[in-house]
Amino acid sequence: MLGTTITLAFRAIMRHKLRSFLTTLGIIIGVAAVVTMTTLGNGATAAVREQIASLGANILQLRPGQGFGRGGGGPRPPSFKPEDVTAIANQLTGVRAVAPMAQSSGTAIYEGNNWSTTVNGTSASYFEAQQWPLAGGRLFMPEEEQAGKPVCIIGNTLKNNLFRQVDPLGKRFRIRGVSCQVIGVLGSRGQGGFGQDQDDVVVMPIKFVQRRFTGDRDIGQIMVAVDDAYDTQTVQASLEDLMRERRKIKPGDADNFNVFDTKQISDTLTGTTTILTQIVGAVAAISLLVGGIGIMNIMLVSVTERTREIGIRLAIGAVAREVLLQFLVEAVVLSCLGGLIGLVIALFASLAIAPLMQVPFIFDLKINMLAFMFSAAIGVVFGYFPARRAASLNPIDALRHE
Amino acid sequence: MGDDPIIRLRGISKTYGTGATAFQALKGVDLDIARGDFVAVMGPSGSGKSTAMNILGCLDVPTSGEYLFHGHHVETLDRDQRALLRRRYLGFVFQGFNLLSRTTALENVELPLLYRGEDRRARYQRGMAALDKVGLKPWWDHTPAELSGGQQQRVAIARAIVTSPDVLLADEPTGNLDTERSFEIMELLTDLNRTGITVLMVTHEPDMAAYARTIVHFRDGLVERIENTGRAGV
Repeated sequence: MLGTTITLAFRAIMRHKLRSFLTTLGIIIGVAAVVTMTTLGNGATAAVREQIASLGANILQLRPGQGFGRGGGGPRPPSFKPEDVTAIANQLTGVRAVAPMAQSSGTAIYEGNNWSTTVNGTSASYFEAQQWPLAGGRLFMPEEEQAGKPVCIIGNTLKNNLFRQVDPLGKRFRIRGVSCQVIGVLGSRGQGGFGQDQDDVVVMPIKFVQRRFTGDRDIGQIMVAVDDAYDTQTVQASLEDLMRERRKIKPGDADNFNVFDTKQISDTLTGTTTILTQIVGAVAAISLLVGGIGIMNIMLVSVTERTREIGIRLAIGAVAREVLLQFLVEAVVLSCLGGLIGLVIALFASLAIAPLMQVPFIFDLKINMLAFMFSAAIGVVFGYFPARRAASLNPIDALRHE
Repeated sequence: MGDDPIIRLRGISKTYGTGATAFQALKGVDLDIARGDFVAVMGPSGSGKSTAMNILGCLDVPTSGEYLFHGHHVETLDRDQRALLRRRYLGFVFQGFNLLSRTTALENVELPLLYRGEDRRARYQRGMAALDKVGLKPWWDHTPAELSGGQQQRVAIARAIVTSPDVLLADEPTGNLDTERSFEIMELLTDLNRTGITVLMVTHEPDMAAYARTIVHFRDGLVERIENTGRAGV
């Protein structure tokens, strides 16, 4: 009986192509929207993950204080000392590179151009930790680091805005009243995980920054790059033990430093984009629901319009169940067709939009299956009411219907 | 079953509505229809002939009374059982042809076979045979819009007989046709009747009723008189 009914449903759909198309339009748009949004959202998540990976994978950031952004009252927790950096480098296993960090900022001036930028005081290990190659020039010499010489390595954005067409290597520019010589230019890295421009930076020996800018010997942050062969969490644990020991924190007392894993930032950010994807997907799912109501609407109109047809079918011996099934199958076939067309449109739309959004195209079979199943379910749910109405018609009245 | 009538109505009444607005369309009809008969049902509007046809065609149920079809009580059957009975034993022809639009003649004729679960081959063969009987075989792939009124009614008749029903019910089959087409349709019904199908036809045209062997006159919800035209039977 089902085979017969499906035959009948297909015949009815093919007989009214335009009506069938309009009926499914809502589902087509709904499915296409849901799948496109989710696909692009997944692409965005992957893109964020990739960008954070470019920040430097497996990097632990050691900062004073108890946590990220938790300032407030109490004495300021002590900063780190150069000896801490040496200790970490010498005593911990699984460490690829350790770099002290002292951050400041200032306006760089060169022949009438000026550009406000970030100043990073660190050592040559910083570039190793970040796996950040130079585009030109050289790194700091150990003696330059020791003496805190006024030499610097500049990022691409600073180079473009301060030096324009001039080759900056060997040139001197002024920043916060001191002059420094450009010895290297960093390769371009683009936007960081937080949307900041990573190339808008000038890197100098930490001693120079301490002496001329921050005015103390504090190391605000230590960057620890973990060797790929070692587990980040294990290294993090031994780093914490080492620092507790060095800072003489009694057992049971809280740390006055914190270790931040870039992987945590990555997880947080991808979590955010995942939630955004879900929200956008949910909004699109509402359009799918509206599409379902569209199907119900047209099917109800169709039942009224086809009252005589239903009367004929009933008179020649169709039982109510068969008429119900026919209308139900019609609705399901229509919504499934709509779902399929929507999936194809979503595929092409995602392929077209993903490059524009600079996100990778990631085909997610699960989402496609889910959207299709959902459209089929919509056919059943919204097709049932009109179908029941058709089946409950009285054949005599239905035949008389004009 | 021998000479038992194929249809026997006893005390059939039908009341529409309830209370003060109740209207009694049939007031206790007794009627026997013999197997192979050609019966014309006549009567003025409101005489109850349409109600009687609906009950005879198992499209409606009587309020009270007995309806025996092949000796079986059918007044107690539920909706689906009546549908199955129509599917198996009855064929319908309507005044307005009632073909499915945008559907070929053959597909229209095959429709009852679909509900019977016949396979594609059997549907095609029997559908074409039925179209052949009504002289429309060459027109099998035409839709109703491409056929004349007379041809449409022939398709409708082909659809009614494709299942080889025992009884063919025709409700004013010539009501929408000109005289010449009407006579052609009546000839066709007469031919079908000769093959053994019992024909029940509602009409208000005496010319058409004259083709029948038995004419049942309805008036005020009762059978007024039964007339024998003396036409040769099977």
